Amino acid sequence: MGLPTPSQTVGPFYGYALPFTGGGQIAPTGDPAAVTLHGYVLDGAGEPIPDAILEFWQAAPDGSRAGAPGSLRRDPVTGTVIGRHGLDFTGFGRVPTDADGHYALRTLPPGGAPYISVCVFARGLLHHLYTRAYLADAPGDPLLTSLEPERRATLLATPERDGVYRFDIYLQGNETNEETVFLAFA
Amino acid sequence: MAETQETISAEIAELRDAYAKAVADGGPRSDHPARDYRPYRSSVLRHPKRPLVTVRDPEAVELSGPVFGVTDVTDLDSDLTRQHSGEPQGERITVTGRVLDRAGRPVRGQLVEIWQANAAGRYAHQRDQHPAPLDPNFTGVGRCLTDDEGRYAFTTIKPGPYPWRNHDNAWRPAHIHFSLFGTAFTQRLITQMYFPGDPLFRYDPIMQSVTDDAARQRMVAEYVHDLSVPEWSMGYRWDIVLDGPAATWIEEGR
Ligand SMILES: [Fe+2]
Repeated sequence: MGLPTPSQTVGPFYGYALPFTGGGQIAPTGDPAAVTLHGYVLDGAGEPIPDAILEFWQAAPDGSRAGAPGSLRRDPVTGTVIGRHGLDFTGFGRVPTDADGHYALRTLPPGGAPYISVCVFARGLLHHLYTRAYLADAPGDPLLTSLEPERRATLLATPERDGVYRFDIYLQGNETNEETVFLAFA
Repeated sequence: MAETQETISAEIAELRDAYAKAVADGGPRSDHPARDYRPYRSSVLRHPKRPLVTVRDPEAVELSGPVFGVTDVTDLDSDLTRQHSGEPQGERITVTGRVLDRAGRPVRGQLVEIWQANAAGRYAHQRDQHPAPLDPNFTGVGRCLTDDEGRYAFTTIKPGPYPWRNHDNAWRPAHIHFSLFGTAFTQRLITQMYFPGDPLFRYDPIMQSVTDDAARQRMVAEYVHDLSVPEWSMGYRWDIVLDGPAATWIEEGR
C-alpha cells in the first residue's frame, strides 16, 4: 500500500492547459431547466482572486452519480476542444475565474442531494479545497445540520432571480466576511 | 525591497524543524503541505484559518467522481514534441508511471493532464514575460488516459528552472505540473513532478512546503536507465498515489 503523493499549488500558468471551451456549460444547450451558479472567489483581504480555477461535480437531475465522458471532447483532426455534444450530462465542470475573480456555471439542478460539489485550486493555495454550493436548504442534510447558522449560511447559494444563484467563496475570513466552510472527507 | 533568500530559507528550516519535532513528540505525520505555509508568500491571504469540517456521510456525492473517455483525448496529446511542425529545443524525455489509490488499486481509464515550461524555463503563457526564449515548436501541454494497469506515459522535453517573484533571486526547480482524477472526486490531485538531484530543491518554498522528508521525496521522479531509448530519449518513472476515500459501490472496470 503506497503513501499519498503530496499536493502542490496549481501555480499561475495553468491557463493554457486546464480550462477548456464549454467547461462551465454542464447543462445541455437550450435545456429549459438550466440554472446559473456564479460568484466571486475572494482572499483574506476581501480582494477577488483572478487566478483561481474551480471544478464542479454533481449528480444528474435523476440523481445518478455515474457521470459520462465527453466534458472536453476533442477534434481528432485538429486536436482542439470541440466541447460537449449536448446530450449526455457529464456532471463535471471546470471554470477559471476571470480578471475580476468571477466565475459562472450553467448546469441543471442535481437530483437527490441538492448540492454541487466545488473544488478550488489557486495560485497561492498549496492544497485544493472542497466546499459545497447548496441550491436549496436541505432539512436533515448531515453536513448542514452540523453547522452553526453563520457557518451554514456560507454553503447556501442565494437565489438572485429566477434560475440564477449567487455563491461567493471566501478562502479566508476577516472582520467583515465569514470564511466559507471547507470540507475534508473521512 | 524584496526579501532575501536567507530570510525565506530560515523560515523553511524553522518550519521543517518544528514539524520534525512534533512528529518526534508523537504528533501526526502529514503527506500534504500545510495551506498556511508562510515562506510561500502568496499563501498568506489564500488559506482558510478555520479547521476543515469532516464529512463522514457514506452518501456524499464527492465519493463518486467525473469520468473521461476516448473522446476527451487524442493520440497526439501525450507526445508534447509532436504538436508543431518542427522539433522543440531541449532534452527529449519520457515520463511514465502508474496512478494508484491509497489501497494500491490502479486507477483505470482516468484523465492525466500535464503542463510545463520549455527547455529554457519559459511558459507559453502571456503572464510569463521573463527574458528566456519561447520555442515555436513547444507549447508544453499534454494529456492521456491511464490504461488498465493505471499506467500513463508522456514524451516531452525536460523543462528548465525559472525565476519567480516570491523573494529576491527566487528560482523554481525544474518541474512538470500534473493533474489527476481518481474514481472519486475526493481523490482529485494537482501536484508537481520534480527531477532527481536538482540543486534548487532546498531553496524552493513550494517544494519545501511539504515538510515531511519522505513525502517530499515522493514528488521526485526516478531516472531509469532501462527507460531511456538509445540515441533518442532519457527515461523517468514517477508513480502517483491518490489520497482520499472512494465509494465502495463503484463497480470494477468502470
Ligand atoms: Fe510551474
